[in-house]
Amino acid sequence: MSDMSVDMKARNEEAGFGDYYALLKPRVMSLVVFTAFVGLLVAPVSVHPMVAFASVLFIAIGGGASGALNMWWDADIDRVMKRTQKRPIPAGKVTGDEAFAIGLTLSVMSVIMLWLASNLVAAALLAFTIFFYVVIYTMWLKRWTPQNIVIGGAAGAFPPMIGWAVATGGISIESLLMFAITFMWTPPHFWALALFMKTDYKDAGVPMLTVTHGRRVTRAHIFVYTLFLAPVTIGAAFTSIGGPVYLLTAVVLNLWFIKGAISIWRRDEQTAEADDYRVEKSFFKVSLLYLFLHFGALLAEAVLRPFGLGGW
Amino acid sequence: MALRKEHEIHSRRFGRNLGVGLTLGAFIAIIFGLTLVKVKFIDVAEAYKQDTGGIQSGAASE
Repeated sequence: MSDMSVDMKARNEEAGFGDYYALLKPRVMSLVVFTAFVGLLVAPVSVHPMVAFASVLFIAIGGGASGALNMWWDADIDRVMKRTQKRPIPAGKVTGDEAFAIGLTLSVMSVIMLWLASNLVAAALLAFTIFFYVVIYTMWLKRWTPQNIVIGGAAGAFPPMIGWAVATGGISIESLLMFAITFMWTPPHFWALALFMKTDYKDAGVPMLTVTHGRRVTRAHIFVYTLFLAPVTIGAAFTSIGGPVYLLTAVVLNLWFIKGAISIWRRDEQTAEADDYRVEKSFFKVSLLYLFLHFGALLAEAVLRPFGLGGW
Repeated sequence: MALRKEHEIHSRRFGRNLGVGLTLGAFIAIIFGLTLVKVKFIDVAEAYKQDTGGIQSGAASE
């Protein structure tokens, strides 16, 4: 997806190691690492720390590799959107071809290494995650349908399932629920971002819900998805990975999240413009905390369990 | 023209080269650590028995 001018620019400005690292979307990778780690740790089978460390690392590398492939394919729209203009390819630090080579190499390497470190199920899930994110979401859904983020959100939801598969070698209701938490959380999270990013997606020609159906509909969708999210997260409390700590966390966080969604739903564009999307920005930040604390609470249950405190 | 021991590219790319070197070093250390763990802590005999269980039982019944 790179053009000649960008390639020339890239040659003139020497890329540092950090620029190549930035291709792997470190912030997204931190979410992958955390949720995969939780998925692995809450599983009923213990894993040797070295195997756990290596597995989470290879899951993170796989996630990062798909990020590099996403940047390779989306270089043209990243150049248009303010939020992504500083990424290594639009900034002219790294060429599209380099990003493609790094992404592909790390994808293959991470899947093989995860297989060797853990098992085939975990490796196959990682391979599918990379395929889903790069081909299904980036190449197909993102520029085609306003449901892009709804279906594409699955890619970011797989890491805890992979972590669980590393430990158990399979899939279960608990790992599916951990998948569902991130899957259902992704749309309201990104739609809140789309609301205060104003014209970014429109300028880039990405059919986000804000562009195709308007902001009023997007606000309503955020509210509805937040309502659907609540039973999924609270439901996980009644499985083998849940417990009172998680249940209390989930109830409080969902009340907080729904309250924020109602505020967004009730606002109109004029009010939002007047205070520079204060409520939408705040909801976005809360959404990050929401996911982190849910998985943190699952982790707390697992840590407390050996002392007879976690779980039911 | 005298040959310069240090080419300009060496200093310019020092950071990148150091990063790649450290990454490769870390990768080797991880493979080494994984190998040690797999050999030391995983019951190879048991894993072998499970892998070849079908063949052994098949051979025994013949």
